[in-house]
Amino acid sequence: MDKRVVITGVGAVTPLGVGARTLHTRWCGGDSGIEDGTARADFEVTEFLNRKLARRSDRFTQLALIAAQEALEQAGWDADEPPHDSDRVGCIVGTGIGGIGTLMHGYDVLNESGPGKVSPLAIPLMMPNAAAGALAMRHGLHGVSFAPTSACAAGAHSIGEASRAIAAGDCDAVLAGGAEAAHHPIAHAAFGQMDALSDSGVSRPFDARRDGFVMGEGAGILVLESGEAAEARGATVLGEVVGYGATSDAHHLTAPLEDGAGAARAIRLALADAGLQAADVDYVNAHGTSTPLNDASETRALKAALGDRAYEVPVSSTKSVIGHLLGAAGAVEAVATILALGERVAPPTVGWEVRDEGLDLDYVGDGPRRLDVNGKVPVALSNSFGFGGHNAVLALKGAPA
Amino acid sequence: MSDTTITREAIQTRVAEALEEFGAEPSEITPDATFEALDVDSLDLVELGQIVQEDYGVELKGEDMPKLKTVGNAVDLIAERAGA
Repeated sequence: MDKRVVITGVGAVTPLGVGARTLHTRWCGGDSGIEDGTARADFEVTEFLNRKLARRSDRFTQLALIAAQEALEQAGWDADEPPHDSDRVGCIVGTGIGGIGTLMHGYDVLNESGPGKVSPLAIPLMMPNAAAGALAMRHGLHGVSFAPTSACAAGAHSIGEASRAIAAGDCDAVLAGGAEAAHHPIAHAAFGQMDALSDSGVSRPFDARRDGFVMGEGAGILVLESGEAAEARGATVLGEVVGYGATSDAHHLTAPLEDGAGAARAIRLALADAGLQAADVDYVNAHGTSTPLNDASETRALKAALGDRAYEVPVSSTKSVIGHLLGAAGAVEAVATILALGERVAPPTVGWEVRDEGLDLDYVGDGPRRLDVNGKVPVALSNSFGFGGHNAVLALKGAPA
Repeated sequence: MSDTTITREAIQTRVAEALEEFGAEPSEITPDATFEALDVDSLDLVELGQIVQEDYGVELKGEDMPKLKTVGNAVDLIAERAGA
């Protein structure tokens, strides 16, 4: 149970564009992918997928396929066959909602034209596990595959569970991540009615003026391999999943525990799993949704779990520039964190200006910050919390310089 | 379908269009081509059934599907049922 889990490839499609490097560079440059209060991923599907695959994939699956292609290319894998015994290569890709566009379109067809016109592809496209299945099929992965669905914690759960599958010796490698494409009017209306969405249309995590999240879409995929498997094939290691902690608030359908106790336990578990102390944490990629409740509760959780270190460590939110990618958020943010660790930089919480009472950590409001690590390999936490009270925290380590 | 005559050629063309839309390579769509070779599966054939139901009022049933091995098989069955 103590195998190292290394990251050898990352891919992302986000409202800042196609590509993990694009996300990192544009985020650090202060660019935003949010326009008119929403954040869409812009891509031409035919550039990446053939007609058959494109029409057999809901948009969330298309996003996952494109991100996976990038991650596998970086890892140096062949597209149709993994470099390890394929029976020992898995695929764990989560989503918050799944193919809601396909589902709602099918329902419109049903109402307008009757059951005989509903596409036989409606179910296999909308099911939340469609992306995991599509990636396994396209890339010839015959090990464990499934889709964690834990709302906005799904991406982090996927990476955490994938790292467990490798650490336990069940898999030599796992393609892991999350995907979401939920820009359907029903989702906007429903999140809006919950008062979860920002009325101002601005994602301002941890700022006193924050008024809700901005909905985004996209996907993040990581190639995880056991340290031995990666070494055996001479792979370049980008970083490492060193710890994973998952807990439940068991408190409320949507609201986090006010004191952040559930999230704090997940942070402590992730650190303990990694054999690290609070003092070892060099950067926190926060869940930071820009909702009044999350950002206050998460701040308390960080103080409870990290003690004095919480006040020293830079804490920033990718959601300040791409909005909230729901079930893809944890995966995209893990990708962003690995690139940040690679560059030894804490990217900024873009737009953070006004301190809120009690939200007194270092939210990196003044642009990207060089990590002061004194030659050691930096460590970061990536937090994800989902409706339902699901908390998943990853401890990630960069690669030696 | 009252005032237009359904021809076998028209059916052939419509089927080829549908298969192309499903992702089959246009140059490979010939009467002798098997659905397997074209990577057209049972889900595609259900969609084809919906199209010919709409266009020709012809029903392709679940029990028909296993018998349809080639593009020509499908065109023949549709033409027969449409009286083309």
